[in-house]
Order: sequence, then structure tokens, then C-alpha cells
Amino acid sequence: MPVVTSFLSGLLFGFGLIVSGMANPAKIIGFLDLSGRWDPSLALVMAGAVAVGVCAFFVAGRRTRSLLGAQMQLPAARRIDARLVGGGLVFGVGWGIAGFCPGPGLVALGMGEAKAAAFVAAMLVGMWGFEWIEKRRRQAAIPAPQSLEDYA
Amino acid sequence: MISIDWQAFTPWSSLAGGVLIGLAAGMFVLLNGRIAGISGVLGGLLRPSSGDVAWRLAFVGGLVAAPLAWLALGPRPALQIDAGWPALVVAGLLVGLGTRYGAGCTSGHGVCGLSRFSPRSLAATVAFMAAGFATVFVVRHLAGA
Repeated sequence: MPVVTSFLSGLLFGFGLIVSGMANPAKIIGFLDLSGRWDPSLALVMAGAVAVGVCAFFVAGRRTRSLLGAQMQLPAARRIDARLVGGGLVFGVGWGIAGFCPGPGLVALGMGEAKAAAFVAAMLVGMWGFEWIEKRRRQAAIPAPQSLEDYA
Repeated sequence: MISIDWQAFTPWSSLAGGVLIGLAAGMFVLLNGRIAGISGVLGGLLRPSSGDVAWRLAFVGGLVAAPLAWLALGPRPALQIDAGWPALVVAGLLVGLGTRYGAGCTSGHGVCGLSRFSPRSLAATVAFMAAGFATVFVVRHLAGA
């Protein structure tokens, strides 16, 4: 069941991106280009999404389990640090270059656009790079035990 | 002074699409108990653990299937990608790395985080929006592309 509702959520999310025009990179760039002729559409997408989202998350925040009985997994992190802001800035540069963020990239891939496939492939490499770097960092921070006696 | 491009501006369809996105995120958290953050859902597939793969694939599959289902009913949505191939690859790498370090993208921080009144998500959203505005200014108006 969670797999079915997950698929339907993704499908509905994709419809929303198509209807709103946000699957089209030219429309994203039109929003991000303040010094040209500005297309404010993205602001209305956010307004519509957040208006509904506030209600849903208000209900979700008061529950410990979902309607299907799954553990409610809301983010607990609160820290605003260089990692968060730096990541956001790097993401924003990529977003501005292509006009794609992850969701619209996947929707455009579904439309059979070769350029979207290139974007998504590179995005996966970037995400994999994060996993690789973080794994190396974890290994460097926690040295392997010298001998079994370290466990004693 | 900002001049609005009234011909490109689509207030009603964008608002309606936004409502659908909000419904999708709301449905996902109320039924599955999870945040509909696309970079997180996708990125988690690169760190697979048992019982954690199928729902991620299903969500991503839904997103990719959306235009296919849409084309069965409606007209082909407009899709204009001005960026060249090398730019798309660089952008993809930056989006992949940045969303994972920043723990979210437009959906996770922008839609879900702001709906939860999360200061952390607001900070991330301000960061990627600011970088997006600055990048388009540089690419379009300084680099003359």
C-alpha cells in the first residue's frame, strides 16, 4: 500500500508541475530573470502549494503515525549552518544555469527529452559524489581500530 | 524597476498547479508519513537500505510517468530548454551536490519546509533563490548568452 500511495503522490506532484508550467525550464528562467521581463508565475505556484501544505502539515504535525499507520517522519534538524546554506547556494547556481530542479528534471525526462536525461544523469552523479565524499569523511573521522583489543 | 512579462505570466494555471503540488505533498505526508522532497527521495536510492527502496522508486516513477499519463489526455506541455549540453551537465552536477548538502530542494525546503514554518527551510530557500537570481543575471546579462 505505501508503494501505491507513493506512486500516486509522485504522479499527482508531476501533474502539478505540468499544469503550473514549472516543468518548463524557460518558465523557471523567466522567474529568475528579474532584470528582464519578469514572469512571476513561480511565486503563485509556491503560494498555492504552501496554502494547501500548511493545512496538511498542521494535521501531520499532531500525529505520530500516518493514516496508513506508518511512522510519521518529519525532519528534526533545526540548525542553520554553512553546510545548509552552502548547499542551497550551490543548488541555486545549478538551478539558474539550467532552469531545472530535481522534480521538473524527472518530469521532462518522462517527456523523452534527451537534454533532460543528460541533466538527470549529471544530477545523479552529483548526488553520488555527495555520498562518496561523505563516506570518505566518515572513514577519516573514525579511524579503524588497531586491533581487536580496541573493542575490549 | 521590474517590468512584468504579462504575456508569459500564467497566474491561474500556476496557482492551480501549485494547489496540486500541495495536495501531492499533503497526501504523501498524511498517508506515508514522509516529506515529499524530491532530492531526498531520489538521493536516498544511492544509499539503499532494506525496505527503503520500493517507495522511493515508486515516487520517482510517478513523477516520470506523469507526462506520459498527461499526454494520453491533454496536449503536449511546453518545454523549452535553452541551456546547451555542457551547461546542463554542469547544472546537473551542482544541483545534485547542492541539494544533498543543503538537505533539500524546491519541493522539500520550498514547499514542505515553508508549509511547516521551518526556519531552516526558509534559510535554504532564501539561499537557493538568491543564487538562482544572481546566476541568471550573470548568465543572461553579463555573459551575454
